[in-house]
Amino acid sequence: MKRKKLGLIVTPIAGIGGRVGLKGSDGPEILKRALELGAVPESPRRAVEALRRLEPARESIEVVTYPDEMGESEARECGFAPTVIGRVRARETTAEDTESAAREMMRFGVALIVFAGGDGTARNIYNAVGDRWPALGIPAGVKIHSAVYATSPANAGELALKYLRQAGSIPLRDAEVMDIDERAFRENRVSAELYGYLKVPYERNRVQSAKAGSATGDAVAMDEIACDVINKMEDDTLYVIGPGTTTQAIMEKLEFQGTLLGVDVIQGKRSIGSDVNESQLLKFAEDRRARIIVTIIGGQGYIFGRGNQQISARVIKKVGKENIMVVATENKLLTLFGKDLLVDTGDPEIDDMLSGYVRVTTGLHRSIVCKVTR
Amino acid sequence: MKDLKLRRYHAPVWSEPVIMTMGQKGERGIRVPGVDEEIANRVGQARSLIPDGMRRKEQPRLPELSQPHVLRHYLRLSQQTLGMETGIDISEGTCTMKYSPKVNEQIARSPQVLEVHPLQDEETIQGILEIVYRFDQLLQEISGMDGFSFQPGGGSHATYTNACVFRKYHDLRGELEQRREIITTVFSHPCNAATAATAGFDVITLMPDENGYPDLEALKAVVSERTAGLMMTNPEDTGIYNPRIDEFVRTVHDAGGLCFYDQANANGILGIARAREAGFDACHFNLHKTFSSPHGCEGPACGAYGVRGELTALLPVPVVTFDGEKYHLDDHRSRSIGKIRSFLGNLQCVVKAYAWTMSMGAEGLVQVAETSVLNNNYLEKMLLEIKGVTKPYAEGKTRLDQVRYSLEKLKNETGIGTVEVQRRMVDFGIQSYWMSHHPWIVPEPFTPEPCETYSKEDCEYWAAVIRQACEEAYANPDTIVNAPHHQTVARMRSIEDVDDPEKWAMTWRAFQRKSKHHKSDGSRQR
Repeated sequence: MKRKKLGLIVTPIAGIGGRVGLKGSDGPEILKRALELGAVPESPRRAVEALRRLEPARESIEVVTYPDEMGESEARECGFAPTVIGRVRARETTAEDTESAAREMMRFGVALIVFAGGDGTARNIYNAVGDRWPALGIPAGVKIHSAVYATSPANAGELALKYLRQAGSIPLRDAEVMDIDERAFRENRVSAELYGYLKVPYERNRVQSAKAGSATGDAVAMDEIACDVINKMEDDTLYVIGPGTTTQAIMEKLEFQGTLLGVDVIQGKRSIGSDVNESQLLKFAEDRRARIIVTIIGGQGYIFGRGNQQISARVIKKVGKENIMVVATENKLLTLFGKDLLVDTGDPEIDDMLSGYVRVTTGLHRSIVCKVTR
Repeated sequence: MKDLKLRRYHAPVWSEPVIMTMGQKGERGIRVPGVDEEIANRVGQARSLIPDGMRRKEQPRLPELSQPHVLRHYLRLSQQTLGMETGIDISEGTCTMKYSPKVNEQIARSPQVLEVHPLQDEETIQGILEIVYRFDQLLQEISGMDGFSFQPGGGSHATYTNACVFRKYHDLRGELEQRREIITTVFSHPCNAATAATAGFDVITLMPDENGYPDLEALKAVVSERTAGLMMTNPEDTGIYNPRIDEFVRTVHDAGGLCFYDQANANGILGIARAREAGFDACHFNLHKTFSSPHGCEGPACGAYGVRGELTALLPVPVVTFDGEKYHLDDHRSRSIGKIRSFLGNLQCVVKAYAWTMSMGAEGLVQVAETSVLNNNYLEKMLLEIKGVTKPYAEGKTRLDQVRYSLEKLKNETGIGTVEVQRRMVDFGIQSYWMSHHPWIVPEPFTPEPCETYSKEDCEYWAAVIRQACEEAYANPDTIVNAPHHQTVARMRSIEDVDDPEKWAMTWRAFQRKSKHHKSDGSRQR
């Protein structure tokens, strides 16, 4: 029987800063400090936890991985005889190692790349494979804003196993890769950016969500949302369309090439600005009524201040709270486990203004009332 | 929890083929004799009575089988199912699978009920109309409403009727253009949102607050002059009774909206709390659940829909009235929403529910509520002692008729969740449990409902099965992952596998059409 190839990448240092209160592990200095503070790497342990779920199918899976702690040791600990590719130059692995590992695994033709790490790792994988290869995260990082991770290491293992066994019947869907600037984060400033989308296997039981929440269901919901928004559009109003796949569906419905990771502007169902910045937005909104359409970005529930900083506090103030429309699929809302939606515009006054309740459009003529907090 | 020995069980496996592939050409069940010559001469060819456009051009491609073959086939299929009366059907939470006494079935099958023709003159069905009229009076007493319709053929049909009544009410007041929004809660039955949308309203859904109750502040934030009404379930499917229900009603009333009380979960409040005192304008009961006319595939359903005050004029026609001497079918009501179903609805359901209610009496109904809550508390106590089982929301608050539990802890610790446990429990001769209505807010949910007809031992057996499955998840996960082991079907496909319309066929004809386009290896021909 032909064995299925599973790519395994562990970034040993991911999550190292968490227990010692360092908010992340990017950069060699932080890593040094973390180790001095007695930090123990989290991701090898979590990777093992996930791999244990694959043990029943050990004979039918070929684990393809990088040397030592980047996957080889974890695979061996779980009884696999991994195919080790590539080489790690330094004693401490780097982001480049993660990226080259992912690239090589893609070339090696693995069915799925699983990686243990945090937002930084997700970014590295995205840099290497983009949306060309299926990948799935084992959560191990300190701060996970990306939506590419399973809900637990055990669930990551189960989902990977199922994907390998039944590829074709497990749908892939786009999940956000986000990362924040750790240096700013350590100074209690958060600056998160949306980097792109990875193709992640999706199963409703592993990624907490709706009963009828198949990937097909999500596509239908996005289409419904787009119809609802477009039905309500008025010709004399300017629409600021924030980043994300849900808002992108509106642009697609209008047959525009939208900017998935940026902010677009339309009016009278015509595109008048693409990938615009804050000052362009302020200029657009100067002399006419404008409405902002945003969606939840990432796994944390942010509607402002993460991945859409172009729509700044000044822009929001100019447009007014009553002219903000939030859209999201029911699935996406439910992945928040009932947590509030979040805003962090950098301006406490605007954050206060945005706090309270908001009607999130979830389909045609349908909305869910969500609480917004700062 | 008691150490119970689990039953050794194995379902029959008949490996029955699909009936469309069975039989032989020329095999017959009944040979119908030809028409007597005299009759044929007088009546002519029966075929000539059917208009050309309606006549088949070809014979239908039905399977050809003898009587014993047909009987054997369906008996075998029936043996492969776990019926509600062969197992302990606590599993089907929110369905109120209580035992339905057979005597009520006998009454409903008497010729006086069974052989009534739908077009019979009302003079000749006075007895049936009296039952309908009297049962209406009983439900008015139980709910505090002023009039009921038994026309809806199920719970969702009753909520749809309600959406139509709300629409008519605002239309008659000239406010329908403005009042386009119906508010509901996420733990309400999904039919509240769905039927409101079907009736043309925009639907706004409230999420629970940190205590697990629908968020009253969220309601206040969205209620407005656009609000047509509130449609919500209470107690919700979490088993949580909303103690501020009257404030919800007041808030909506103050804005000019109407309020509907979905009482599909009425088993725990029967004879204890009434919709009227909570301030509601309308409510419904599922006769096939709470009132014992059987639920599920054993009989038709009825969603008894009740309203108060001026809304009674809007009820669907016909309405059964009484002039002091005779009962009548009133079809001419100018403000009515009109017809929602043909004839008198599912009358047998009403007859069985009436018989059941009369046999219980007022005290009996209260005892139903109390016993079902007591059973639920007992089951809860046992289930929460099992490692891996938790009860999210409303900590410390008593649940009523059911609880929506979570296996999230089990899933995170073992990778085995509610779907796998569900698959395993059928190995012990009980029905697989109901997980949750849409959407899954409670992670890895399951929702048992031990209503009043289950014994203490039944509850204990049910809990023991869940314990067995959870213990296996920690100690011997392979047993669960590969379950069921003792069932007719060894593996259930996941919903993701079967929701692709490209891949699956719902009818034999569609299957034949699709299989032509597929190669033998399952891949699609281009």
